[in-house]
Amino acid sequence: MSSAGVYIVKTVPSKEYLAPGHRACPGCGEALAVRLVQKILGRNVIIASATGCMEIISSPFPLSSWEVPWIHVAFENAAAVAGGIEKGLQVLKHKGKLKAKKINVIAMAGDGGTVDIGLQSLSGALERGHNILFVCYDNEAYMNTGVQRSSSTPFGASTTTSPAGMLKVGQRTNKKNMVEIAIAHGIPYVATASPSYPLDLADKVKKAVAIDGPAYLHILSVCPSGWGIPGDITIKMGRLAVQSGVFPLYEVENGKYKITVPIEELAPIELYLKPQKRFRHLQEETIGHIGKDVRQKWQELKKRSERD
Amino acid sequence: MEKRTGMEVSFAAAEALKLCNIDIIAAYPITPQTHIVERLAEYVANGELDAEFIPAESEHSALSLCIGSQAVGARSFTCTSSQGLALMSELLYITSGMRLPLVMILVNRSLSAPLSIWNDHSDVMSVRDCGWIQFFVHNGQELFDHIFIAYKLAENPDVLMPVIINVDGFNLSHVFEPLEMISHDEAERYLPSYIPRTVLHPDNPVTMGAFAMPSFFTEAKKMHDETLKASYGHILAALESWSKISGRVYHPIEKISTEEAETLFILMGSIAETAAEAVKVMRKQGRKVGLLSLRLWRPFPFKEFRRIISGAQKLIIIDRAISLGGPGGPFASEIRSAIYNMENRPQVYNYISGLGGRDTTIKDYILMHDTSTVQESGYEIYGLKGDETNV
Repeated sequence: MSSAGVYIVKTVPSKEYLAPGHRACPGCGEALAVRLVQKILGRNVIIASATGCMEIISSPFPLSSWEVPWIHVAFENAAAVAGGIEKGLQVLKHKGKLKAKKINVIAMAGDGGTVDIGLQSLSGALERGHNILFVCYDNEAYMNTGVQRSSSTPFGASTTTSPAGMLKVGQRTNKKNMVEIAIAHGIPYVATASPSYPLDLADKVKKAVAIDGPAYLHILSVCPSGWGIPGDITIKMGRLAVQSGVFPLYEVENGKYKITVPIEELAPIELYLKPQKRFRHLQEETIGHIGKDVRQKWQELKKRSERD
Repeated sequence: MEKRTGMEVSFAAAEALKLCNIDIIAAYPITPQTHIVERLAEYVANGELDAEFIPAESEHSALSLCIGSQAVGARSFTCTSSQGLALMSELLYITSGMRLPLVMILVNRSLSAPLSIWNDHSDVMSVRDCGWIQFFVHNGQELFDHIFIAYKLAENPDVLMPVIINVDGFNLSHVFEPLEMISHDEAERYLPSYIPRTVLHPDNPVTMGAFAMPSFFTEAKKMHDETLKASYGHILAALESWSKISGRVYHPIEKISTEEAETLFILMGSIAETAAEAVKVMRKQGRKVGLLSLRLWRPFPFKEFRRIISGAQKLIIIDRAISLGGPGGPFASEIRSAIYNMENRPQVYNYISGLGGRDTTIKDYILMHDTSTVQESGYEIYGLKGDETNV
């Protein structure tokens, strides 16, 4: 890292809003991502979380890791709850019952609570234009219930409900492109992020809450337990996801694409796939197929980014 | 007291909600609930009601939106029927478990299949145990009045429970009635501006919706049950103070011609008005019959109920829902268990009647009274086509 980088790291607030002692697995990429997001959000927020890993590890009554106002209601409705919070605050301010300072309203969910069961509620909230930030922590399966496949699970991954076997390759569908679905709602800000690139993530959180209207942030959250990797290579795997082109870091501001972490030359896909137990069964041919697909999508994204 | 105004009952409900100065309306269209929220949307659009109207993309989100707005301290309202209630059902339990004092009007309609848009009580009976205070009303005036009563109760810091007001779809929601309104001043005197106790706000961070390990869950349910039961006293007080504002007196159980009654009809909702006419006819003809209508379904008014029915020999319970493959109607089941330990308990006859919008007329009540004999199965579905008793 350059000396400028060292200086910039010091500008990230030292205050923590996700208290230690929560019950995340060692090396949890999601807990790390939530911690970083909260550092940037600061104190002036209300967070609505979906049911999932993050809710379970952080809120066993009477304990709580949340140093900010936080609510959990159900699995599929974090966006609607956040929307209600936002409108409630708006009307109470308008009626003079609350001081007129801006409070950032955040919805948080895993990939299941976003791309599967939570998709309708999220789409409704984006369409209605609630001034909220929705953050999806995507660990690419239902990890909390024991690694079942979601529509965010990548092709070829073996999970407990898409097991690799003599006849099946594992997950047989491509990962749902939730980022493009969010963009299609015509909202002002959509971005991908990774805790392996904390400064990029910080910039995006700042932008997302500064704009007026709905914002969507999709964070790849490496899951050692579900992906079958050691807990001490979470950051490295997050970097490889980006450098191999599997999970490009970009943002779409008012429809304009921009790759925020440019990659000169994509790292070989094997570097990303091979350390993960969920991909270990894949044959060279399938790996080649996945690599080709990743490169093609990366080129499309680059074109869009260069166009804008 | 203001003079009577002719009005569709749904619009009267909207008028009451406007007088309650609600902050948030979130709803999804479903027949026959829609007139209430349509009118509210108009009020907001015209500036007659200073509120946010949120057109949700489903009933599930409608209640979720209300949970969010109520959690920051906004007086919130939603409204649904039938399938919509079924879709939001998981959230009903969560709303009451989190002690969020919002109010919902449930315009009662059958549950599919077969699809029916018409009135019965199968929707509310499917969420009987959701932990909300639940009222049934007889007419539009009662609906208008119970909206104020519901918010008064829900927001009482010693109660802090959401409230469902059940109103029969079409049979009541879409009829015109002469109604007595109340003034803005009277409304404000009865229901002052809501001052919530615990809200989501950065000035005082709280965690809402934590999960409970087995070491806490049972106690949480016990507290919920006790609070709901203890709300009975507050319900009586809220009805009493309403009578002082409006001059209209309500009781959790409405008694009609119960003096020396040997047989009592027991039911809930708008059919009470027809049944009351039937009782009047039967009394004239010399039958010792009376009628009880429960306005309060949760908390169930056990003590009061046992006291009132103690002299009767026979109870004819009209259910507007059926527990399929079970003991008959859910209403009758509760009453049977409520009276089981009484020393001289009356005989119970259970008629499932008026499903999916079929009318139960004065003639029907008389027939039920005169022909009710031992029901081996414990219940009878009344008025089936081809059944001679329905000729």
